[in-house]
Amino acid sequence: MPAPIRLRELIRTIRTARTQAEEREMIQKECAAIRSSFREEDNTYRCRNVAKLLYMHMLGYPAHFGQLECLKLIASQKFTDKRIGYLGAMLLLDERQDVHLLMTNCIKNDLNHSTQYVQGLALCTLGCMGSSEMCRDLAGEVEKLLKTSNSYLRKKAALCAVHVIRKVPELMEMFLPATKNLLSEKNHGVLHTSVVLLTEMCERSPDMLAHFRKLVPQLVRILKNLIMSGYSPEHDVSGISDPFLQVRILRLLRILGKNDDDSSEAMNDILAQVATNTETSKNVGNAILYETVLTIMDIKSESGLRVLAINILGRFLLNNDKNIRYVALTSLLKTVQTDHNAVQRHRSTIVDCLKDLDVSIKRRAMELSFALVNGNNIRGMMKELLYFLDSCDPEFKADCASGVFLAAEKYAPSKRWHIDTIMRVLTTAGSYVRDDSVPNLIQLITNSVEMHAYTVQRLYKALLDDISQQPLVQVASWCIGEYGDLLVSGQCEEEEPIQVTEDEVLDVLEGLLVSNLSTPVTRGYSLTAIMKLSTRFSSVNRIKKVVSIYGSSIDVELQQRAVEYNALFKKYDHMRPALLERMPIMEKTATNGPTEIVQTNGETESSVVEPKHPPPVTQPPSQANDLLDLLGGNDVPVIQTTMPTKPASAGGELLDLLGDLSLSGGPAPAPAPSVPTSQPTFLLDGLSSQPLFNDIAAAGIPPMTAYNKNGLKIDFTFERANPNPNVAVITIHASNSTDSDMTDFVFQAAVPKTFQLQLLSPSSNIVSALNQGTVTQVIRVLNPQKQQLRMRIKLTYTHKGSAVQDLSEVNNFPPQSWQ
Amino acid sequence: MPEDEEYSVDRLKMQFMLLFSRQGKLRLQKWYVPLSDKEKKKITRELVQTVLARKPKMCSFLEWRDLKIVYKRYASLYFCCAIEDQDNELITLEIIHRYVELLDKYFGSVCELDIIFNFEKAYFILDEFLLGGEAQETSKKNVLKAIEQADLLQEPRHEYFNVPVY
Repeated sequence: MPAPIRLRELIRTIRTARTQAEEREMIQKECAAIRSSFREEDNTYRCRNVAKLLYMHMLGYPAHFGQLECLKLIASQKFTDKRIGYLGAMLLLDERQDVHLLMTNCIKNDLNHSTQYVQGLALCTLGCMGSSEMCRDLAGEVEKLLKTSNSYLRKKAALCAVHVIRKVPELMEMFLPATKNLLSEKNHGVLHTSVVLLTEMCERSPDMLAHFRKLVPQLVRILKNLIMSGYSPEHDVSGISDPFLQVRILRLLRILGKNDDDSSEAMNDILAQVATNTETSKNVGNAILYETVLTIMDIKSESGLRVLAINILGRFLLNNDKNIRYVALTSLLKTVQTDHNAVQRHRSTIVDCLKDLDVSIKRRAMELSFALVNGNNIRGMMKELLYFLDSCDPEFKADCASGVFLAAEKYAPSKRWHIDTIMRVLTTAGSYVRDDSVPNLIQLITNSVEMHAYTVQRLYKALLDDISQQPLVQVASWCIGEYGDLLVSGQCEEEEPIQVTEDEVLDVLEGLLVSNLSTPVTRGYSLTAIMKLSTRFSSVNRIKKVVSIYGSSIDVELQQRAVEYNALFKKYDHMRPALLERMPIMEKTATNGPTEIVQTNGETESSVVEPKHPPPVTQPPSQANDLLDLLGGNDVPVIQTTMPTKPASAGGELLDLLGDLSLSGGPAPAPAPSVPTSQPTFLLDGLSSQPLFNDIAAAGIPPMTAYNKNGLKIDFTFERANPNPNVAVITIHASNSTDSDMTDFVFQAAVPKTFQLQLLSPSSNIVSALNQGTVTQVIRVLNPQKQQLRMRIKLTYTHKGSAVQDLSEVNNFPPQSWQ
Repeated sequence: MPEDEEYSVDRLKMQFMLLFSRQGKLRLQKWYVPLSDKEKKKITRELVQTVLARKPKMCSFLEWRDLKIVYKRYASLYFCCAIEDQDNELITLEIIHRYVELLDKYFGSVCELDIIFNFEKAYFILDEFLLGGEAQETSKKNVLKAIEQADLLQEPRHEYFNVPVY
């Protein structure tokens, strides 16, 4: 059997392969040869074969069949074998393989070997990949070696102990005695590894930490010697003596000094010394300065020292070396909360880093910039950040946009500035803003009442330019739906009002509906906006047409909306103004947005949270505030009936009420001594925010025609006020089919004495001719005894110049309305 | 720094070191955390791709998964270390540099080919410099001396030391 090919020979051969397939073929051939060699238990060439296997493993080929062979090599007496064997073990075996435990005995023997380099191999292997079981078994041996005077072994044992402690923390105690004189060593290797060991122990155990605090003076002395000592060729790196040891000592000092005044004081001077004397021209000096800064910031240092540290970071920011700038930004980010003012001084340098070419530096500069924004610098900072938003990579845009919104919300110097900033973000990075920004922005805009005209105008103009960015389009649609009347009326104060017609606005919104760029959500927004405009614009027919078209849309969501809106036009037209009226100022919930909007899918539904006061169709912009007042106030003129003082006649529910009614018809409530004052509030309680739609859906009481004479038709529709089932809410709808208007229209009603009645204000006093519009009015009837509802109504109006008056009884109430 | 910071463990640790060429070929892999072969391959593949995609003007640090990657290119070889987030990146650059110096001294003006053909020696040198991801010896001289002595222990198959042993 010829000798197996040498390692270097194999490497050379494999490298001549011109294709992956060729390489694979060679490898397979060699692996086969190696396998048969293993099978023959060939001791001579085992080492060579395993070495070759390790090379092929590095190329990515499987080598698990060599695992046991590594164990055999470790067990061999030859150093060459052990060297390769341990290397193979570290590469091919790890704690996941059951086989690895077989190493334990070999390692144990080798830890006690007469040759230190063999001991070294064993310590290295154990310290790199020893499993918990192995560590448990061999900890004693390691501890022994930690106490040896042989510095070559001692330093390795220290790091091995670190690994043991990481794997089996309970074993930490047993290494404590051996740490006694570790720092008295002169050997830098032992010093360095000892400091690492001490660091590990202090980090894991508060008791150890307390115990080792007494080492602070010794550590300070060692560090001082390193700095003050002359040139030491053995440990010198660019004029600095043993930077690795300096850094580790600084790190240990950090842990010992944290939360401890005495220790912090003891290290104050040396830290100042290192901070001021370390050479900064090369990376190695800066590495030490960096560690020093981290330590100063973490312990209880004096303010002078802290300022020194921040200034070092400030100088780092100006360093040509981008690595230095990077660590500076990282550190400043950590300290910006605690040392805000000191970091603020370096704000302009930080902002300059926004223009850096490196992605990591840019990101840190961005985060730091946002952390530094405050009420004083908001304008300047926002200019820089918006410029950054314009030009940065897409991966930053979402975070940057969110940051801008947050900062603007906190520190906006004026509402106009705030709206402008939002506009800028939406137009430049509109597709990157987060989904939750849309409801947040809508809430913000709603609450900036005096800016509505300006906002809707700017958003409209933005839409004319670009409809591709969905968040922008959604916010714009919503605003146009709400404030479209301001848009066409040209009311803008803040800037030159634009001339735009209702048709142009509807063109734009309809354009969104049909555009391929619009997502389904956006389409929903625009359809709702169009619907809202039906109470703000006069081109109602056009809107009706659009809405009816989408009643057969494939998009189920859109279809549902369109169908519901259609219903609004048809059966529930009397409610349309109420439903589509201006949104009130929204309460900010804890989650930073109105939950109503998030939960309901359509904006109109949330508007019914307001009280059910049908307002006039044209509203002034301040209506929003007025509506809120209505909940508490009693400004609404209420026409009430009195409780009849006449005792009931023998017949029971005699309806001779007209004599008892004070038919003032005017806004003043009828004075009646027997009206208990508590009653109105009781009824008003029933007026609490009940979604109208729920009532309509739930009640299902059919409407009825109460009166139909001389062209005047009055329909009644019913709901139940949910908190009080004894209260029936009736809405009258008066329509006029004659060819001229009925003006000064007044509706009055009276009910039997077992009932109580409250009339709210009508939507208007004019019933338009030719059914052009209905007058609506709400009646609330309290029916505690659940008696059959009957009502007498009186109508007065002026028609074609003459006054008309009529009385009528309404007896055809559906049973559900009073049962 | 928050006062109530937990006593953290394994925060100051080098998790692995990779050496690879500009074509993405692996030349050395040292793992200080236990991972399956499959996981190691995946990490290697992803990281190599990420580092090779970096432009020359970028800094030597990048965030990757929950680790910090410190890398530096020497001629045709990338030296890449993964450290945990509290570690000092700048000193890690010095660690990498020290390792390159050691290789350079040992091989005499080291180049990628040296590392390819003598990969096992590159490992031996690394294992005399670092142990468990930490520096065990800060003196260049002492590391090289140890390697020299260990080399002498290798059972020679020929009279001359510098003829390959296997």
